[in-house]
Amino acid sequence: MKKIDRELRVMLLDGLGGPMSRRGFIKRAGAAGLLLGASGFFAACGGGDETGTTAAGDSTVSTAEELSKELFFYNWSDYIAEDTLPNFEKEYGVKVVYDNYSSNDTLLAKLQSGATGYDIIVPTDYMVTTMLGLDMLLPLDLDNIPNLVNLYPRFREAPFDPGNKYTVPWQWGTTGIGYNSETVPDFKPSWDMLWDENYKGKITMLTEIRDVFAVALIKLGYSPNTRDTKEIEEAKQLLIQQKPLLKHYTSDTYIDELASNDTWLAHGYSGDVFQAQLENEVVLYSVPEEGAITWLDSMAIPKGAPHKYTAEFFMNYIHQPEVAAAITNYVYYASPNEKAEEFIDPEILSDPQIYPPQEVMDKLAWIEELGKDTELYNQAYAELKAA
Amino acid sequence: MTSLESPAAPPQSSAIAIEKPGLLSRLVGRLRGHPFAAANLLLLPTMAWLVLFLMLPLLVILVYSFGSRGTYGDVVLGFSFANYVKAFSPLWLPTILRSFGFAALATILCLAMGYPLAYFIALHGGRKKSVYLILVMLPFWTSYLIRTYSWIVILRSQGVVNTVLQSLHIIDDPLNILNTPYSVILGLTYGFLPFMTLPLYASLERLDKSLIEASWDLGANRFWTLLKVTIPLSLPGIIAGTLLTFIPAVGDFVTPDLLGGPDTQMIGNVIQSQFLSARDWSYGSALSFSLMAILLVSIYLYVRRMGSEDLV
Amino acid sequence: MRRALSRKPRDQRTKAKGLRLFVAGVYGFLFAPIVVLVLFSFNDSKRNATWQGFTLRWYNELFHDGPVLDALFLTLKIAVLATILATIFGALGAYALTRYKFRGSGLYNGAIYVPLVIPEIVFAVALLSGFNAAGIIPSFKTIIIAHVAFMLSFVIVVVRSRMAGFDRTLEEAAMDLGANEIQTFVYVTLPFMMPGILAGSLLAFVLSFDDFVITFFNSGVGNTTLPLKVYSMVKFGVTPEINAISVFMLLVSSLLLLATYKLQGGPPTITVRAPGEE
Repeated sequence: MKKIDRELRVMLLDGLGGPMSRRGFIKRAGAAGLLLGASGFFAACGGGDETGTTAAGDSTVSTAEELSKELFFYNWSDYIAEDTLPNFEKEYGVKVVYDNYSSNDTLLAKLQSGATGYDIIVPTDYMVTTMLGLDMLLPLDLDNIPNLVNLYPRFREAPFDPGNKYTVPWQWGTTGIGYNSETVPDFKPSWDMLWDENYKGKITMLTEIRDVFAVALIKLGYSPNTRDTKEIEEAKQLLIQQKPLLKHYTSDTYIDELASNDTWLAHGYSGDVFQAQLENEVVLYSVPEEGAITWLDSMAIPKGAPHKYTAEFFMNYIHQPEVAAAITNYVYYASPNEKAEEFIDPEILSDPQIYPPQEVMDKLAWIEELGKDTELYNQAYAELKAA
Repeated sequence: MTSLESPAAPPQSSAIAIEKPGLLSRLVGRLRGHPFAAANLLLLPTMAWLVLFLMLPLLVILVYSFGSRGTYGDVVLGFSFANYVKAFSPLWLPTILRSFGFAALATILCLAMGYPLAYFIALHGGRKKSVYLILVMLPFWTSYLIRTYSWIVILRSQGVVNTVLQSLHIIDDPLNILNTPYSVILGLTYGFLPFMTLPLYASLERLDKSLIEASWDLGANRFWTLLKVTIPLSLPGIIAGTLLTFIPAVGDFVTPDLLGGPDTQMIGNVIQSQFLSARDWSYGSALSFSLMAILLVSIYLYVRRMGSEDLV
Repeated sequence: MRRALSRKPRDQRTKAKGLRLFVAGVYGFLFAPIVVLVLFSFNDSKRNATWQGFTLRWYNELFHDGPVLDALFLTLKIAVLATILATIFGALGAYALTRYKFRGSGLYNGAIYVPLVIPEIVFAVALLSGFNAAGIIPSFKTIIIAHVAFMLSFVIVVVRSRMAGFDRTLEEAAMDLGANEIQTFVYVTLPFMMPGILAGSLLAFVLSFDDFVITFFNSGVGNTTLPLKVYSMVKFGVTPEINAISVFMLLVSSLLLLATYKLQGGPPTITVRAPGEE
């Protein structure tokens, strides 16, 4: 019933939006009619006609009217529960236009070359720093996102955006090793596995520059965010040494390759490996003991977004515990929402691959944007690939 | 509604109604003897498009190439040749040689497959010509990614090829084809085969069959007829096909990305990575313009060489 | 002469036999991944990795997947519109470049190769920067503009390879017989160009239909084309549903092909089998 009330309210307010020209009236009545069609609830009540007549009257603006009719959401694909958007649309009468991208790099390049018109994007941690550095994001009005209190404290104080001034966390995970427990019977949770001569030609590495170097740096006992040229050089040598053992560098095909036993050891993202696991149960995921990279994708509003208030409203909606839990239950990535725990499938919650135990958590590190020093890594990577 | 007036007929009164064909033919008439103006008129839409939506945007990139990378991957404008110096550093030499080598091999393979194919369609296709032609294109009405994934399924160690060869006891251990230079060349060949076949077809189709018959009548065997008559007559198609195959193949990055191994990096991957992961647009732009310059010079030399050869 | 005449047909037949075999092999190469793709569209697994059993569920999901179908239709719409524009402009351009030799034609020739030479990503970024500088927000229209811009060169190069060596005397003969320039073009030159135009437009269509990089950068909100959809799924691997779309596309285009052929009054012996019909 609550739902119907909301729809009615939105619809009526939409129609009652103050004095209007005929054109405006038709447009609004039309929108109300569309809404009707979508919900289907009011057809029987004959509400459409009533809306039409009441719409002619005057009324003052109300808060709900600030919700726009549309919201342009740009997210990674398959990164949301099937019913998240339909529920939101039904409840608030906002049509969500949902487009997808597949890498942070292409997202940034697109935003960097021009205005896009999206309201919400979901960049990964270090990319948030980059975008802030490029002055691409709008600051959030936190009054509109009270549900932020539901988050684990560590996600409210993430190093790239302490206090959630610009971003609201979406989902998080780790970067570790996906392996085939049958063909790699002697697996131990260590990055050394990716340098094991016995598995020559069966190993893959990611293509992201910083992720690749993080493995070598962590293995050498250095910080994955080092700015020390000597340490980076050492890491580069270690990676060149690894090259003959590799099948290839890949950020996408390794899922299929793990599933089909073609790749036995893959440097990869937690959720990707679980995808392979669904097809091939001998595929397992491990966070190496030396430490690993953790990442967090966060919602942000790019400059030029046409529907800022609605975007904030949506961010708040996502962090209702039930909504956040539904997403995790569907995509198998961990939720930053603490209150969601009670609604999350216990199997997921107790899975150390998705929600790692504290001792593993302590060894996880973020990748930080290094500004000018990024070029050190770029150069080293170019030399690695050309070697 | 085309009027049938002959060019010699006196001009009719145009006061009544200006019919489009009439207007057009008068325009054409006026342009007669002014090839430059006529050509420009016909080239106008193409050139307007290329200038507005290609040259102007490329100017932006050209300006970038003299700049440098800002702190966060933005472009800091400037005037420095540092990026070009870096672009021609020996670091990329193996990569550039590899790109040209792979592309050349793929082009040769495409020609070896595409020429007989186009020849067959054009000269033996009969009334099914367009069907055969569209069958060449049909596989490409699917997503590139899907086709490439299919190749992975075919080539991988437990894939179709290895399973068949092993079950026939031709080989004992699976062949390593995937993620090697072989799979990259195969992928390039597959991907650009239509780019070779279509211009060859367009050129062979106009071939006058009676010339071939005449050659036979004069006692030339098939080989000599092909070498001395058919191939020279289809030379424009060969030139167009090799260019359309070779040039995009040199700059390809998706095929080496998906089918290649750790040692199959091509120059396209380097440029791609400068624009995306390394986010050094200035350097990426300089690399692109360097590649463009090398390719344009090669094209010029190639066309001149091929074009100056004796046709027939 | 008599000897030659009696030799020719046999000669041609035997030659065609070897050629036919080779051409069959080339078609086999072209369709090898397509066969795999069709097979895996019936695979009861979310991945294209291993064969898990027969299912039709991907087709069922496809026909209930609104966004994917929308993407398919948008892609077709863009490809058809852009192909029409590029073919008309390109054919005119190719005609002008071969018909007239004039000062500056070398410059035009060079300009035409530029889109073939620059890496896609550079063109994509350059174009979006250009649109942005001009205050144009990316949309459906900018996708069309971008596609036409890179398709033009392909059309011109293909049509020109047909036009090279065009026998001008044909045109002159038509004029002598009283046809004006336009009639000559429509009734003599154009029919001659047609195979080149067909080949060029087919190439252009495929280029547009399968373009990812340029579309990605120059598309606006809600302009998700099929390649964009497919590539965005890469993070989670390629599902057989995408295979199913491909098979659906192949089926539709094969049927269209067959229909066109029948309409043109092709001989009844022609058989174009839709995949799976065999």
